[in-house]
Amino acid sequence: MHSRFTLTRITRCLSKFAAASFFGWMISTQSMAATPKIGKPEKDELKFGFIKLTDMVPLAIALDKGYFEDEDLFVTLEAQANWKVLLDRVIDGALDGAHMLAGQPLGSTVGFGTEAHVVTAFTMDLNGNACTLSNAVWEELKKNVPTENGKPIHPIKADYLKSIIEKQRSAGNPFRMGMVFPVSTHNYELRYWLAAGGIHPGFYAPHQGDIAGQINADVLISVTPPPQMPATLEAGTINGYCVGEPWNQQAVFRNIGVPVITDYNIRNNVAEKVFGVSKAWADKHPNTHVRVVKALIRAGKWLDDQNNANRKEAAKIISQPHYVGADYAVIANSMTGVFEFEKGDVRPAPDFNVFFRYHATYPFYSDAVWYLTQMRRWGQIPEDKPDSWYQDMAKKVFLPEIYRQAAEQLIAEGKMLKQDFPDFATETGYRSPTHTTFIDSIAFDATKPNEYLQQLPIGLKAGEVIKDGKVVKKP
Amino acid sequence: MNRIIHILQMAGLSWFVPLVRMASGENPKEQLQQLWLVMGIPVVALITFLFLWGQLAKNIETSLGQIPGPSQVLQEARGLLQEHRNEREREAAFYQRQQERNAERLAADPNAEVRWRTYSGRPTYIDQIITSLKTVFMGFILATLFAVPIGIFCGLSPTVNSAFNPIIQIFKPVSPLAWLPIVTMVVSATYVTSEGAWFEKSFLNSAITVTLCSLWPTLINTALGVSSIDKDLMNVGRVLQLGWWTKITKLVLPSSLPLIFTGLRLSLGVGWMVLIAAEMLAQNPGLGKFVWDEFQNGSSQSLGRIMVAVLTIGLIGFLLDRIMYTLQSLFTFSDKR
Repeated sequence: MHSRFTLTRITRCLSKFAAASFFGWMISTQSMAATPKIGKPEKDELKFGFIKLTDMVPLAIALDKGYFEDEDLFVTLEAQANWKVLLDRVIDGALDGAHMLAGQPLGSTVGFGTEAHVVTAFTMDLNGNACTLSNAVWEELKKNVPTENGKPIHPIKADYLKSIIEKQRSAGNPFRMGMVFPVSTHNYELRYWLAAGGIHPGFYAPHQGDIAGQINADVLISVTPPPQMPATLEAGTINGYCVGEPWNQQAVFRNIGVPVITDYNIRNNVAEKVFGVSKAWADKHPNTHVRVVKALIRAGKWLDDQNNANRKEAAKIISQPHYVGADYAVIANSMTGVFEFEKGDVRPAPDFNVFFRYHATYPFYSDAVWYLTQMRRWGQIPEDKPDSWYQDMAKKVFLPEIYRQAAEQLIAEGKMLKQDFPDFATETGYRSPTHTTFIDSIAFDATKPNEYLQQLPIGLKAGEVIKDGKVVKKP
Repeated sequence: MNRIIHILQMAGLSWFVPLVRMASGENPKEQLQQLWLVMGIPVVALITFLFLWGQLAKNIETSLGQIPGPSQVLQEARGLLQEHRNEREREAAFYQRQQERNAERLAADPNAEVRWRTYSGRPTYIDQIITSLKTVFMGFILATLFAVPIGIFCGLSPTVNSAFNPIIQIFKPVSPLAWLPIVTMVVSATYVTSEGAWFEKSFLNSAITVTLCSLWPTLINTALGVSSIDKDLMNVGRVLQLGWWTKITKLVLPSSLPLIFTGLRLSLGVGWMVLIAAEMLAQNPGLGKFVWDEFQNGSSQSLGRIMVAVLTIGLIGFLLDRIMYTLQSLFTFSDKR
């Protein structure tokens, strides 16, 4: 009888099927085994900007160790006058990219300050800042802080500072502190530390034109350029500041101030500086962008290699005048994993600067969301936003896909190992809530930013806006 | 001998005139006195100044370091020159390597694509001085091109003078740091830098700021010079029925040149001062940026290096002024000749 399913027919079908699946398997393994090589760079003569702080070191290492040249990129590094000039020059194209504060790409894209879409695919480092107080304030503070074996117990909470601030205020002399830029990590860390001690750092009201950030403030916080911080501290114009290195150790070396807390103790292991480019540049130069990230990843690894073995050499490199320029002795402390608080009180701080460990270089969405929550907390984002807005903004600014491409290239070239990177197949871009320890022990879950904001003691809560200098609840 | 003396005076080197006179045997005693006055006293004053500086510097110790004395400044200057030499060696080595690499490529395959790159090293101190000079000249020339024609019109016509006067008086006192943000915005919006643009934005920002601040002395002096031409000359022009172009080039300009040159000298001086301030913020890689970067470094050598920059700026300003003075003597007719 004629059956559609004769044996020959079945065998023929099966063999076709076998052949097809065999081919499919072949093709899939080929594409897994051979990542297509990144094409030539669209632009190979690049100019990057940086600010003279020790955590620009990945850029210096990538240049001096030839990692940029390995990617066929010819890079010039140029120091910039201040964070605003640096950001403006990246936006208008005078610089191809720059060493940026993690808050800068977020602030610009959100529209606080100059509005422009700036993105990043590489976190340059974690931690690296500290808060320093003047000698006079430290003498007062020392009396309140509990000691152990004659040395103050660290971390020093801002609670002990409260009485000093009150005393100064009642004498008609407001307590002033400096930080480097309205969307800088230092600003958020300083405010977090003060708020955790029950001190109000002030609100912003950009929708009403007030960007001083001093509404309802117990402490007046303002922008001071880092090189002027020691001088203004000594003159008494400010009573303290929060900044990156070498400016805290400079204060100790010159006997004008005492660092009291590092940001590692305020909140640890969140992105500090990033390598930022404008979105327009990133779209126009995709290959170049991946190559730059490749070189920077290698630099980061070298810096943390073998438990910070290369840090001394790194400190020597950046103490040259065209990089950070500060004396080697001042830079060496923090780079090699110790930190001097009071003169003579040197304590270990192995993770003061982290350049590669703990997957530091991966641009985690959770870091972006934390900064956005702090922007909302202090009013830089004037109104409530739904949780989804935070996630969308983070995805708009942080580009882990480019990081992934760069990492996979490096693995394929044998320059780095798979274990050096997070597992890209399963990585969501959100760190676990237990990854970061905060000084007030409030856990941060990046998937629920509004819930997090409700838990923070001082700060704008759901439904609150600033109107004419007062916090009002929106109906 | 008179010719030599004349040349020395024009070049502004009048200190050597007594030496020349002595060499030709004129009254030696009088010439020695003259020499003492013109060369001896300034040298003694300079030495006293250096000595006082050295003494004071040792005594002043600030939290930002000790004020550097003359010997430390000299050391820093030597350091800067050495860095310049090192960088030039690196540049030469780079070009050498590139030459060899490209020659190899061409030898292996005559149709290979070779790329000639310019060395992308960082600017040294000498490079920064040259950048500053280029910027100030660009700004100065732009200022002259604007100010002289407008000044001539203001001088020739009282109506135009009244019209421009309030604007000049209002904009004259504006500082370069106030102009800089506006200039930056305008340049960003209108000048599109692509690969191979002639000028960098930072260069244009600095040059245009210099122009805006330094065109006022030239403008005012030109207007003054033109308006104070001898009336008889203008009448001659009318009698001969000279065309306005001839009138300007043959009558107006020659007789008002002394004042125009005074204006130019003032403008160049102001421009040089303004440039240093403008460069600090505009990021033009010149002396102003050098000073700001050293300030940001905050190292123990920084104050010394900044002093070297201060002295360099002063010396260059002095030289520029001398050059303008020489040009003025060459081009103008004064009754002193």
